[in-house]
Amino acid sequence: MSSPSSSNTRLLPRALMAPAIGTLFLWMIVPLCMTIYFSLVNYNLMQPGEKTFAGLDNFTYFITDPDFWPAVWNTLVLIGSVIGITVVLGVLLGLLVNDPFPGRGIVRVLLISPFFVMPAVNALLWKHMMMNPNYGVLADLWRNFGLTPVDWLTDWPLLSVIIMVAWQWLPFACLIFITSLQSLDREQMEAARMDGSNAFQRFFYLTVPHLARPMAVVIMIEMIFLLSIFAEIFITTSGGPGNASTNMTFLIYKQSLMNFDVGVASAGALFAVIFANIVSFFLVRMVGKNLD
Amino acid sequence: MNTVAQQNPVVSSPTQFAVQKPPSQFLPVALRTAGAWIVALLLFFPLGWLFLTAFKTEQQAISVPPLFLFAPTLENFHEVNSRSDYLLHAMNSLITSLGSTILGLAIAAPAAYSMAFFRTKKTRDILLWMLSTKMMPAVGALLPIYVMAQTAGMLDSVSALIIVFTLSNLPIMVWMLYTSYKDIPPEILEAARMDGATLWKEFRHVVLPLSVGGMASTGLLCLVLSWNEAFWSLNLVAAKAGTLATLIASYSSPEGLFWAKLSAASLLAIAPIVIFGWFSQKQLVQGLTFGAVK
Amino acid sequence: MKRLSLAKAGLAATTVFAMTAPALAATELVIATVNNGHMIEMQKLTPFFEKAHPDIKLKWVTLEEGTLRQRVTTDIATKGGQFDVMTIGLYEAPIWSKKGWLQPIATDAAYDADDLLPAFRDGLSYQGKLYAAPFYGESSMLMYRKDLADKAGFTMPDQPTWAQIKDLAGKMTDKSAGVYGICLRGKPGWGDNMAFLTTLVNTNGGQWFDMGWKPQLETKPWKDAINFYVDLLKKDGPPGSAANSFNEILALFNEGKCGMWVDATIAASFISDPKQSKVADKVAFAQAPVAVTPKGANWMWSWNLAIPASSTKSDAAQTFVKWATSKEYIQLVAKEAGWGAVPTGTRKSTYANPEFKKAAKFADAELKAISSANLSDSTLPKSPYVGVQYAAIPEFQAIGIAVGQQMTAALSGKVTVDQALKAGQTAAEREMKKGGYYK
Repeated sequence: MSSPSSSNTRLLPRALMAPAIGTLFLWMIVPLCMTIYFSLVNYNLMQPGEKTFAGLDNFTYFITDPDFWPAVWNTLVLIGSVIGITVVLGVLLGLLVNDPFPGRGIVRVLLISPFFVMPAVNALLWKHMMMNPNYGVLADLWRNFGLTPVDWLTDWPLLSVIIMVAWQWLPFACLIFITSLQSLDREQMEAARMDGSNAFQRFFYLTVPHLARPMAVVIMIEMIFLLSIFAEIFITTSGGPGNASTNMTFLIYKQSLMNFDVGVASAGALFAVIFANIVSFFLVRMVGKNLD
Repeated sequence: MNTVAQQNPVVSSPTQFAVQKPPSQFLPVALRTAGAWIVALLLFFPLGWLFLTAFKTEQQAISVPPLFLFAPTLENFHEVNSRSDYLLHAMNSLITSLGSTILGLAIAAPAAYSMAFFRTKKTRDILLWMLSTKMMPAVGALLPIYVMAQTAGMLDSVSALIIVFTLSNLPIMVWMLYTSYKDIPPEILEAARMDGATLWKEFRHVVLPLSVGGMASTGLLCLVLSWNEAFWSLNLVAAKAGTLATLIASYSSPEGLFWAKLSAASLLAIAPIVIFGWFSQKQLVQGLTFGAVK
Repeated sequence: MKRLSLAKAGLAATTVFAMTAPALAATELVIATVNNGHMIEMQKLTPFFEKAHPDIKLKWVTLEEGTLRQRVTTDIATKGGQFDVMTIGLYEAPIWSKKGWLQPIATDAAYDADDLLPAFRDGLSYQGKLYAAPFYGESSMLMYRKDLADKAGFTMPDQPTWAQIKDLAGKMTDKSAGVYGICLRGKPGWGDNMAFLTTLVNTNGGQWFDMGWKPQLETKPWKDAINFYVDLLKKDGPPGSAANSFNEILALFNEGKCGMWVDATIAASFISDPKQSKVADKVAFAQAPVAVTPKGANWMWSWNLAIPASSTKSDAAQTFVKWATSKEYIQLVAKEAGWGAVPTGTRKSTYANPEFKKAAKFADAELKAISSANLSDSTLPKSPYVGVQYAAIPEFQAIGIAVGQQMTAALSGKVTVDQALKAGQTAAEREMKKGGYYK
């Protein structure tokens, strides 16, 4: 691609990016600085006016919580599972609805609709109407087959949260993949078919590379959102039983916001940022080159 | 242009990207139709259940075994209408969601365009940095943002929400627009430039039509994210700037049975956006036919 | 000449304007409240208040309890001024009034503060002044299915023991019919499962903190109470107890799945309402069960209206708060929605009213329960904190949820009771050390 070489147009890209970068920078830096400040002082909303220097006390307090490492692990499991489920199912569903069939428009709307529901309503919906072992729909289904209903939230708390979150995010993945598959080169596919390749070969050598970038986008965006899943856990299991479904965000809430301890909450938030950076670093190594 | 065509015979003319609807090789039609419908209905079932519950009484909503057939009632919708100011909340939701989407697209599109077509070594780093601005959990940033809003006198204002939503969704929008711009084959831009188009004409006549699908899905995504945003909507507003998310919160988990009412409130809350999604879905399909090029 | 008439006209206009100005400037009150039924009712009666006080307009912000608490606390601690009237619980009131965050409620003879139930009036007062007006109060009690008790040949005493309850639960359980002897809260939370468990610990002779503020989770009363709870629910409780709080059990009870339920007295009004309960005519009430001591066996909670100390709209706010917690308001609700819908647990006059007693079968049991609870004397060994089913210290929310999570883990069988109590003790000690109660 030829790049215009006049000095004017070298300025142009910068000018185009300036509003986005400028506003995001402000949006990031001010809360970040305040959070760093708060994390280094003793600041509890219930005792305003007394902000003594605390050094690393808040950080030590946060990390010595017996639930800290389980929370880190749960967060990783949650992110990994939901991303895995949504990407795999998203690609398959995208392929399923890629080519026309009767009622495709309606099916697409049906597939995308769970994304429209508010996460809080989603959580209540699953907790009461689907997963309750007494009056939930799933319990009824199990009983119809003569089995004792599964107590989802008690026996499989993290899995239940994963199911709820995956259900909510699958439409997002579907949407991205459906959009991207529309730009798949059909002539190339046709040519490959005529060359004698079978469906699997076409899938792996043509479709998947084409979807590499959208997959990377889906993975990175979902990672960011899934790191701060809160409403679903708060409403359904409150992080329990024990710490089985506590993730980093819920730990911050439980540890500090319940106390109105802004110092520890800020320390926790900084840990979450560090954690997110580490996860993102690994993900970028895995899928990052597909972004180009 | 001739050299390009000779080197890459597949890219001989842009019109080939028009959807020609060849016979599909991915499973026969009947199987696909059945499969797609079954999967879609299964995935949609919980929402369908929500829909049904909105028309039940509270007692019917909790019955064991769950009721599929029942006499519907509109009492929940009456209750929602009389108890809360639905129109005010809906207007606020509309203003904040549309406002943040339009503002976001206006800021994100140029940035994504620049990164897609004027790629530098730093492009990937900038993209990742933008995403990293979302790494701070909102729970942790609550007090700094709250204090900022308070100092600026913008608590309980629609403008504060628009700003917060725009900036929260900006990284996502840049990423998605970047992807859809990258999907445009560079040869088309080559062709336009060779034909002597200026940057602006190039954007308006080539890039824009080809990326309408991407912009539509980005816009829809941002709209939905803002519409459903419940954390800042609850913490930064009081009585005047409440959105539909605030409305739903007032039906959540009180002491006493509430599921039927919550279902009705949720339906009323997502109705505008489902309708919008339905219409923009057509736009998605329309924009994706690349036949608009020549 | 012209100038003079112009000046006269200007003067006349200004005078007219000044006279009409006060009528145009209405004070707007922003009220933050919980989304419970009684508060929704109060919201519905706004037109009555605005007609009686045309210079005050009411704007409502209704939220769920946890969100509300976080919102109002953030607002009042940062002097945000977002809310003119706040609904706070019996938990916040003593903490906030001690900090000087609240304005005293200016009561007068017409308001009749002596009519307020002493338990709540004392709990909401600090140094002799009332700092929050009780809007609605409750205790906890035992609600049970009379038909199932009769079938088991059991006559419920007014204050049964937990041993009796355990026995009766075993007789009531009929899993093939989907009936479970007893339903109790299990969802982690300081106001969810811990509210109930604290009373169970209290009645077993335990306490949260000793006089040196050391958590007592590994003492005998705690072990007895939690072991009893876990065994009872495992044997005679419904599946999914670990995620059940008030609403979930209410749904089960209304569907006839529970034989007994110990919970907030407001549940009584729901389960005896034929519009939502299938067993409305089969319920009866008794005092919360006791074990070693009756102290602290039934809890005390109220939702109260308070005014931030920094409020600029004190007069209007005071007027509203007094209106919403007055005898006249209760009469108004009775007229508009029936005696079954009035906010209970606040005034003696409500309970003395025969029409109320007729509409609310649980009134006597509720009054007895409230009167027997004492905020400052709810544990057998002396305690340094006030509160029956909580300890009114700021650290309690975080301690409550941490311990609550462990209790749920024990209930679900993931850990033993001893392990759960040990983990809870560690969590509580951590918080108390951080709060500076001891080194």
